[in-house]
Amino acid sequence: MSPLDRIANVSVLKQHEVDKLYKVENKPIVSTSDQLCFLVRPRIKNMKYVADIVNADKAMGRSRKYKIIFSPQKFYICELVLEEEGIYGDVSCDEWAFYLLPLDEDLLSMELPEFFRDYFLEGDQRWISTVARALQLLNSLFGPFANTYGIGRCAKMVYEVWRELVEESEGDSQARRPEISHVFLMDRDVDYVTALCSQVVYEGLVDDTFRIKCGSVDFGPDVTSSDRSFKVLLNAQDKVFSEIRNEHFSNVFGFLSQKARNLQTQYDRRRGMDIKQMKNFVSQELKGLKQEHRLLSLHIGACESIMKKKTKQDFQELLKTEHSLLEGFDIRESTSYIEEHIDRQVSPSESLRLMCLLSVTENGLIPKDYRSLKTQYLQSYGPEHLLTFHNLKRIGLLTEQAPGETLTAVESKVSKLVTDRAAGKLTDAFNSLARKSNFRGISKKLGLVLERKGWLGLEEVVRLLNGNEFAPTEPVMEENPAWEAQRVILAVFLGGCTFSEISALRFLGKEKGYKFIFLTTAITSSARLMDAMLEAKV
Amino acid sequence: MNRMKVDEEEYWHSSKCKAFTFDDDDEELSQLKESKRAVNSLREIVDDDDDLEKFSWSGEPVGSISWSIKETASSSSNAPERRDSGLQKGSSSYPALPKQASSYSISSFFKGRNKLGSFQSLSDALSDSGVKSYAPELRRPKAEYKDYSSDWSPKDTVRRMQRGKICSLERFRSLREKLELLDEAVLVHDGNVITAILIFLKRTLKREILFQELEVRQVALRHLIHFLKETGEQKLLLDLLRFLDRTEEVALSQYREHLSIQDAEKRREFLKGCIRLPFSSEDAVHVQDHYTLLERQIIIEANDRHLEAAGQSEIFRKYPRKASILSMPLVTTLFYSCFYHYTEGEGTFSSPTNLKKTFKIPDKQYVLTALAARAKLRAWHDVDALFTTKNWLGYTKKRAPIGFHRVVEILQRNSAPVQVLQEYVRLVEDVETRLNLAMKYKCHDVVIDTYRDLKDRHQLMAYRCKVERGSAEEDKIDSILSNLQIRWKN
Repeated sequence: MSPLDRIANVSVLKQHEVDKLYKVENKPIVSTSDQLCFLVRPRIKNMKYVADIVNADKAMGRSRKYKIIFSPQKFYICELVLEEEGIYGDVSCDEWAFYLLPLDEDLLSMELPEFFRDYFLEGDQRWISTVARALQLLNSLFGPFANTYGIGRCAKMVYEVWRELVEESEGDSQARRPEISHVFLMDRDVDYVTALCSQVVYEGLVDDTFRIKCGSVDFGPDVTSSDRSFKVLLNAQDKVFSEIRNEHFSNVFGFLSQKARNLQTQYDRRRGMDIKQMKNFVSQELKGLKQEHRLLSLHIGACESIMKKKTKQDFQELLKTEHSLLEGFDIRESTSYIEEHIDRQVSPSESLRLMCLLSVTENGLIPKDYRSLKTQYLQSYGPEHLLTFHNLKRIGLLTEQAPGETLTAVESKVSKLVTDRAAGKLTDAFNSLARKSNFRGISKKLGLVLERKGWLGLEEVVRLLNGNEFAPTEPVMEENPAWEAQRVILAVFLGGCTFSEISALRFLGKEKGYKFIFLTTAITSSARLMDAMLEAKV
Repeated sequence: MNRMKVDEEEYWHSSKCKAFTFDDDDEELSQLKESKRAVNSLREIVDDDDDLEKFSWSGEPVGSISWSIKETASSSSNAPERRDSGLQKGSSSYPALPKQASSYSISSFFKGRNKLGSFQSLSDALSDSGVKSYAPELRRPKAEYKDYSSDWSPKDTVRRMQRGKICSLERFRSLREKLELLDEAVLVHDGNVITAILIFLKRTLKREILFQELEVRQVALRHLIHFLKETGEQKLLLDLLRFLDRTEEVALSQYREHLSIQDAEKRREFLKGCIRLPFSSEDAVHVQDHYTLLERQIIIEANDRHLEAAGQSEIFRKYPRKASILSMPLVTTLFYSCFYHYTEGEGTFSSPTNLKKTFKIPDKQYVLTALAARAKLRAWHDVDALFTTKNWLGYTKKRAPIGFHRVVEILQRNSAPVQVLQEYVRLVEDVETRLNLAMKYKCHDVVIDTYRDLKDRHQLMAYRCKVERGSAEEDKIDSILSNLQIRWKN
């Protein structure tokens, strides 16, 4: 599903006399329509596609009207390309200031997966003001933010640009009671560990296995046990899903079978009903039951399919390796597990992810290991991944320890701090969803930040995050006990967040009585992070 | 000449940026009038907006950037100058926005957005487009707006660009001003504006000067590099990287170009040229290997296509090739060669041993791949030979650089018979894993022997119930259980 589908699906567009829909790509368009409208992200590549189409029309002497609608905004470079391609003036441009797509009751996505690569790899700040504008939009809808905290360089920049926007529009939102009490801005690179781990909560696993797109998933024939595939919206509206989405996978089966039994009893009630009762049953309950039945069988099918895939690739062994990496023991064993993973040509992004996890948790690979793993990777998946490794090194996901610089005890402690505790470290919280026993302790850490109204007292943690400033603000308003009770916290993820991270915060919120709302540049996962590091075949 | 004139006419016509109306023109006209009124009244109050006339320009050399008109979005969301004048559009409706007391169902809010007259919706944007029709009028003779053009400081200019307004940068001619512009854009963290100014600098400054200045402005530098990558201005990119002494990036960036070369022969030629590029010593080896690999693949591919077509080779007849081997990874190539050319001597390019030697493939990887290929062909004899080593006394022993449980797994996946399988299950060192595998794959002998070695009578007796009645396995268990020599631990 694409963002457009969530807003205006094909039938709506048809009602508005859209003749035909095309994907913007490097292909000629066969259409007799004399108006073409392009709804695009402001990217150079897209401009070139449009230019090719327009210029092809020109060459054929065909005249059409063209309109490009940039979403969420137009960039100067786009116009430059239009000008260079000689079609500036032949096309008219417009902007659709579409910033936020509500994927769920508590989840807003900007649907900008490219944010991650653009900013964190290329150092391009083109999306900073876009995020700031999204914040400003929320700000104007829900009143001023009482407290804003940030962690990471990008967070700080977004914050500054956003403040600027606030100041410009001061007066509009004055006298509004703040409804969002805390805003946390977080850079993706503050914590890669969580995102690199296998997801173990149901929603995360569904994403890792089937890839959720825009809050919707395509369940293929192996799930639906028919010859059709189904598009299913996954959100709080789905009663079955909403109960299992944040659960550890191992609990999901029990839940689903219990649910199935309940459903059976409800169906069974119809036996021994008289006509009137039956009439009631059919008119009032049956539809709901049928709906539930359908959802239940879909999720059971999905579970089965996930199980099949996971047992095939030794999920247990994989989790064990990840666990060792996080705890920092059996490094040699883990390294050779990864090596074998590579040698057997198991999924390329999975191998890469494990290498990155090793690097991030160990503060870089020992040069000897780095060389040998890299060589074997290139041999297994293709030499052109030389470029992927270069990118990973630049972004800091897969690095080599400088020769002679082995990890001393202190440094090792530092790196552990960074991965475990920083930013009220989510990392642990999420992993511990797998081992629920620890969860209490960790949620305390996160709660600490909230209770102390900032990173105050956590400076030592923040200091260890290399070069990451944090931006506590003077509270816009004195805290007011009346709404203290139901704190609403907006968590902003710059560069994407995973479903596991969302689950963990939902869990924390439930425990502490906070209400979390998530704003992310996009939903991400380890596979998406790795894909973003590939060099596209042009 | 004539044609040009028509084009020009069309250009002028279309550059009015006429709103893309899907319905009739009448409505557009009335909108137009209304917006005209609005704009005119605005001009009196706020001279800010006069930039619409002052700063847009035309007739500049090709390759220049003319910032087009973008009043649509800015007029509805963030145009502070306008708001002051009391002419705000979207902003005036903020306070009136109904808010949902404490239910934070964001989605429901968004659903109702258009209806509620909130800002930034598509319908707003489209209905505002009348304003745009004023764009063409901006293009007046230069003389008319010349006087105004020095009004904006670099700082103000950047501010205006941030809001997407048209700004001519042409009048910033001194280096100091150009750099002020750039620094200001960096200061406000706006990547869009940074890149726009860089394009202007790139056009109006000598390379050396630009590069020099960027060297001390890392944020801007990264924007330029990204821009050059995206637009594919490879030559300038390489010059820049060379200037910065980033030799490794120069090499990688050139190497990257091979991705867009489809033809294998051309690709090989290109890679040959890459070998001499200044890679790190480690990467240089990889690139050399890449070239050699493709060179081999081309030879193998030509040969095998011929062989297959001739139809004389049994293996190709039995297992026709599914895809070409060109540009496949080394391990895939090795698998291919183990599959089709296993017995060839080291002398041929297509032989596994040759590949192993040429690319220094580690034992582990070689064995895994060869095993998978031979098992796929069910050549159990070859599998056996793969693990058999002879010591100097002539004894044979089974050895593997990978765990035998892995070997078992691969064999099992290729549906090896129990006789083959159990031989390797037996070799799994860890007792528990061995038992698990043996039971999973029904290698009774191994289970029985293991329990015997463990002197675990109870388990052995329990297992007796699992084997078939009257089978050889049952007899074996019975004979062991009745063996008085064994000291059972239970």
